[in-house]
Amino acid sequence: MIETPVRFKSTADIETFSRSLRDRTDSTTKLVRVCIGTGCAAKGSRRLYELFCEAVKQSDLDVRVEAKCVGCHGFCERGPIVVVEPGEILYQRVEEPDVAEIFRETVLGGRVVQRLLYEDPDTGKRAEKADEIPFYNVQKRIVLGGNGRYNPTKITDYITEGGYSALAKVLSSMLPEDVISEVELSELRGRGGGGFPTGRKWRSCRAAKGFPKYVICNGDEGDPGAFMDRSIMEGNPHSVIEGMLIGAYAIGSEQGYIYVRNEYPLAVEHLRMAISQAQEMGLLGRNILGSSFSFDIKINRGGGAFVCGESTALMASLEGRTGEPRAKYIHTVESGFRGKPTNLNNVETWANVPHIINKGGEWFAGIGTEKSKGTKVFSLVGKVVNTGLVEVPMGITLRQVIDEIGGGVRDGKGFKAVQTGGPSGGCIPSEHLDARVDFDELTKLGSMMGSGGMIVMDEDTCMVRVARYFTEFLQKESCGKCTPCREGLSQMLYILDRITDGEGQVGDVERLESLAKLLESTALCALGKTAANPVISTIRYFRDEYDAHILERHCPAKECRGLFRYEIDADACKGCGICLKNCPVGAISGENKVPHTIDQEKCTLCGACWEKCPFTAVLKV
Amino acid sequence: MAKENELVEQIIDRYAADTGMLIPMMQDIQAECGYLPADQLRSLASRLDVPLSRIYAVATFYTSFRLAPKGLHDVTLCMGTVCYLKGAPKICEAISKEFRVEPGGTTRDRLFSLQAVNCVGACALAPVMIVDEKYYDGVTPESAVEVLRSLRPAEEPETKESAS
Repeated sequence: MIETPVRFKSTADIETFSRSLRDRTDSTTKLVRVCIGTGCAAKGSRRLYELFCEAVKQSDLDVRVEAKCVGCHGFCERGPIVVVEPGEILYQRVEEPDVAEIFRETVLGGRVVQRLLYEDPDTGKRAEKADEIPFYNVQKRIVLGGNGRYNPTKITDYITEGGYSALAKVLSSMLPEDVISEVELSELRGRGGGGFPTGRKWRSCRAAKGFPKYVICNGDEGDPGAFMDRSIMEGNPHSVIEGMLIGAYAIGSEQGYIYVRNEYPLAVEHLRMAISQAQEMGLLGRNILGSSFSFDIKINRGGGAFVCGESTALMASLEGRTGEPRAKYIHTVESGFRGKPTNLNNVETWANVPHIINKGGEWFAGIGTEKSKGTKVFSLVGKVVNTGLVEVPMGITLRQVIDEIGGGVRDGKGFKAVQTGGPSGGCIPSEHLDARVDFDELTKLGSMMGSGGMIVMDEDTCMVRVARYFTEFLQKESCGKCTPCREGLSQMLYILDRITDGEGQVGDVERLESLAKLLESTALCALGKTAANPVISTIRYFRDEYDAHILERHCPAKECRGLFRYEIDADACKGCGICLKNCPVGAISGENKVPHTIDQEKCTLCGACWEKCPFTAVLKV
Repeated sequence: MAKENELVEQIIDRYAADTGMLIPMMQDIQAECGYLPADQLRSLASRLDVPLSRIYAVATFYTSFRLAPKGLHDVTLCMGTVCYLKGAPKICEAISKEFRVEPGGTTRDRLFSLQAVNCVGACALAPVMIVDEKYYDGVTPESAVEVLRSLRPAEEPETKESAS
């Protein structure tokens, strides 16, 4: 993979090597970059890559063409994505038969294949480059900057573009104290959900007594609907490793761990490759770049427990035990993994560090709001037009993210809420869409920044069911160590089940609120303390939906079975008889070509007629 | 038995008998055997001098471990928020009904093991089903059942009848 085996012996070697790589890159070389992130790969992008490679081999023309696999571009909705250089022409939804055309027209002929370009649904305008697409041009990509450009399995790609120069800078010209001051100056806050100032954490860990010290990267991205960390680990693993190296130098640690979720096999594979390449080149191991600093990293795969995203539970899991959190009055920076000072940060936090060192803390602090600096990566998903991974400066409004980048709600439906912060977060209704993306502002709204899931919900989503979904999720994932979480969530789920089944009782909402208060004040870990947020925030903003379920036995979103009826719209019904044939209980009657009717007494609300009607004449009321 | 112990020995050596690496060791055993056989766990416990109860606790705490043999194919259904909103529960219901298997279980003919997981992080593809590492995007109850039916070897028409 790397033509000449290189082992760096001094910090100057990196710059020399990087320059030689850049010099060697022939600017006349044409480049085809195929996204192999999980989204595109699922739609067959690896096959596209092979086809491009074959095309390159078979072409006898005198041009240098290189096909290259790159990490996630973020625009997963439009995958597979192929970018051709020169010109950075972005093709979307590329299929196997398109490869020959792209190769012939664009790579060899320098012409653009119009039909594969992104077309703006409103204006019909076609965009050739990524930054002409609203999805990209509102974003500010720092952490995701390398995704879509580097081949994540090649360390030389990362080094060519200045990778590991931050490490070289730190080792050659900065004391650990300087590194910490720089990170403090940047006001970087933890991206895993808590938002704790990273510099302060590093400082306490450095000051803590005890040896060895450990640094840990939390890649146990457990929030459903979030895949930011996955894309960073898959698409740019060296940025995480470089961040950890710098952190370890600042804190005085020689051993690091990356704890990756079991569901992310590609992330594990890419990290493994990245670590072994870094070891070969002398960027990990003993006496890194000829200095007295030594550091190495091990990867651990999670076992599939949500609670292990909590720092103390994660450390327990790393020690080979069940992942149960412990009380936080003993700080992990003093006594964490194996009882030693441990500094744990999230994947995205680590990936920000090399940028802060390279461009300075002041530059970073210049982006964002007063208390939240830099950018945040979100996975924008749910009932939104452009699903994908987006990186935005702090302080942007939720409306901008959802409407400008996301393209609004899918299928012309009305917006109902956006859920942020995973199971510990809450649902934010449309009246607060102008709120800014900021740690404290989102917390004020009863939600939280969390790790970065942003799930858009439309008018057809029942908010009581959403609350029930998260409560069920947490009830299943509760580790069971403390009673409020173990028993409280079960009781809350019991009440929510009752409400969504149409058997809610007057006073149920108040009962939920009192259980929520109990959880918040008595649960052992942060996951337990925030577990009621989905319930509390939906009660706060959608109390009318709870009341409709309980008092009127009606589900306004028409999602809870039994809490709405099916009726046939006589004007739309053509009397085709399809519903009649599909009704399993014979509740539908009517002559041919005459509007049919549903006998509400017989109807079991199975919904077969609603699904089968070709004229959408069956209505939920 | 001797052969099994050999496997455990190998795996323990891989991690220099570090009890902190218990979970990776168990993951390796599962990768070799497809599940965690009781005999292997017993040898692991005695070799590491760790109580079997602790190993059992770990095996039952983490959802990725299984104590029974799995089916020929691995089927993972994502139950993340987005998949949930886009109808994953109905897909799960349809699979359970068609193949008489609950999440976490294996079909009686050992054709596949069904796992419902929290989120596979491929939300742009929702609802997602993964069969032996191949991702299927935008699945419906019908298409999911169709994909799983095609796993059956073609020469056994009688099983097809008995299940439908």
